[in-house]
Amino acid sequence: MFSFLVKRVLAGSLIVVMVSILVYALFWYGPKSPALELCRRDTNNRCTDAKLVDYEQKLGYDNPIYSEYGKWAKGLVSERKIEFGTTEYVCAAPCLGLSYRDRSQVTEQLKDRFPVTLSLALGASTLYLLIGVSTGVLAARRRGTLADKVLVASTLVFSSLPYYLVALLSFLLLTLSTSAFPEVQYVSFFDNPASWFSGLLLVWLVMGLYGATAYTRYSRGAMVEALSEDYVRTAKAKGLRSRTVVFKHGLRSALVPVVTIFGLDVAFLLSGTVFTEAIFDLEGIGKWGVEATYIKDLPVVQATSLILAVSVVVMNVIVDIVYSVLDPRVRLS
Amino acid sequence: MTSVEGNEPYLKVTDLTVRFPTADGLVQAVTDLSYGVDLGKTLGIVGESGSGKSVSSMAVLGLHDRRSAQIDGSIVVGGTEVVGLSEDKMRSLRGNSVAMIFQDALAALHPFYKIGKQLSEAYLVHHKGATKREARARAIEMLDRVGIPQPDRRVDNYPHQFSGGMRQRAMIAMGLINNPSLLIADEPTTALDVTVQAQILDLLQDLQREFNSAVIIITHDLGVVAEMADDVLVMYGGRAVEYGPCKDILTHPEMPYTWGLLSSVPDVSADTNARMIPIPGNPPSLLAPPTGCAFHPRCVHASKVQGDLCRTTLPELLPGVRGENHLKRCHLANPDAIYEAEVLPEIAPEIMEGGLR
Repeated sequence: MFSFLVKRVLAGSLIVVMVSILVYALFWYGPKSPALELCRRDTNNRCTDAKLVDYEQKLGYDNPIYSEYGKWAKGLVSERKIEFGTTEYVCAAPCLGLSYRDRSQVTEQLKDRFPVTLSLALGASTLYLLIGVSTGVLAARRRGTLADKVLVASTLVFSSLPYYLVALLSFLLLTLSTSAFPEVQYVSFFDNPASWFSGLLLVWLVMGLYGATAYTRYSRGAMVEALSEDYVRTAKAKGLRSRTVVFKHGLRSALVPVVTIFGLDVAFLLSGTVFTEAIFDLEGIGKWGVEATYIKDLPVVQATSLILAVSVVVMNVIVDIVYSVLDPRVRLS
Repeated sequence: MTSVEGNEPYLKVTDLTVRFPTADGLVQAVTDLSYGVDLGKTLGIVGESGSGKSVSSMAVLGLHDRRSAQIDGSIVVGGTEVVGLSEDKMRSLRGNSVAMIFQDALAALHPFYKIGKQLSEAYLVHHKGATKREARARAIEMLDRVGIPQPDRRVDNYPHQFSGGMRQRAMIAMGLINNPSLLIADEPTTALDVTVQAQILDLLQDLQREFNSAVIIITHDLGVVAEMADDVLVMYGGRAVEYGPCKDILTHPEMPYTWGLLSSVPDVSADTNARMIPIPGNPPSLLAPPTGCAFHPRCVHASKVQGDLCRTTLPELLPGVRGENHLKRCHLANPDAIYEAEVLPEIAPEIMEGGLR
């Protein structure tokens, strides 16, 4: 277990480093200069070619890419001083640089924004499992009956609607016009757990219900397969209650494929939920990352890419550990 | 153990019919099947895949999905009518007075749970007052009884850490953990190699003597039947085609399908002139079974019956020429003569030379 973790952490770090180099290089060699936005902003949209070159120099784009990447990477572990025009900013480690848009510290922004995304991801993914797996098991147990058909058909209808439409309509109908739900807002869990919960409840339900439809179908399929296994028949032949047969013997096997998809879904939720954040006006990292990409705000894009890379790596390790807990034949090594 | 009235066998199956409605039509997997097994006796059910042997035995445990299987007739286990029994009452029989062991123990044991856990689970569900420790002790005792070395350590292994033979032993231990009066063994040796097969069969016989249980052994291997069974039931196309005492059926079979089964058994100790003769054709479709005798399209002796009888009329299961206990479903009037004249010389020339036993 320990050597497994060490190996996976080392391999994971390598992946994260490679992702950061790739993102850096893509922007460096990309068609539009990253300095353009800053130049336009400072000159009130009258950025001339000469001024652009000047800005590129200030941002270090006249240096070789490896030395600039080196400066950025070094900032992750030690304090960095960044000159921006005439001002010098001190960026404490771990320093992810300054946003080109408003010269704010990326690390500080991230500290404010990531908890929002993390809260959304936690709530939504919990509902994926709770609602998705329970309805999937229900459908599998009643395979071929009306209940099964209605359930499967309704998940298809529901997931065929565009997500932004579902989210926007729920937002408009359930909070603005009827106030069936409390106002959507983000309050830190550590400041006020009750407001944290009530403020995000509707968002969780919308994300959770919409995402759960896929889990209904995955877990129904996995469960139908598990229930036809010989060992489930053995369990029945022992005289076990049908509940024990279904949950202890069937569901445990059916969870293995579901966990794989769940791990990746959580990683993607952690890297930001753009539509949700935009519609419910929550300041998470999804909307932030998309806006930064439009204006080539390299430090912000770099930060959000890192979050995704780290999430994917971490979730994969967690999925592997969960596998080994579920299935004793899987050895971690 | 439930007391059994009079001379009734412990398990009595009467006119059992099992149908499965499917999208393509009604599959009649078992038709009008009747048999009985006494305590301490073994019934061998023989037939090809799809002949209805497993389906009929699973009906005894009520393992068919109530929504997808239509079961008619009567199955009486230890005086209790099982057909139409409530799920709760059925569950208290399953694994308790009636147990089943399955073929391919690797698939039939749950890969995620320890052997000991799976055994104690079977014990605990029928011994509500027992503690986990007692159940574990009982599991170790049963593993020891079926000949697993170091049972107190092996009890914490997972099925994949067992060898094939040990898995089947563990399966048997699980089946017998509640001292069942009826044990149904569905091809218990099919997935095993020959030496292990013999050990498992010996074990089953020992345990049967010890517990005096009624045993049904389902197999397509007549060698297993010869070794184990007191009575034999040969099934074809969902029906009994020959039923009687084991020795009588193996030495004087009266139905061409049984001849075919006997002819296709390899025997390494036999005369080198002996031939193995496969049965031509394939098992019948249960969706649209052949008219008359289900075996007639594959029967090489059908021409010896007058007229079109084999094709038009289903023969009844009636006593043959050898006595009341030996039933056969065949129109042939003189099966013994045909068997001795045509079948035996091909498959066992040495018996012919030494005269028939």
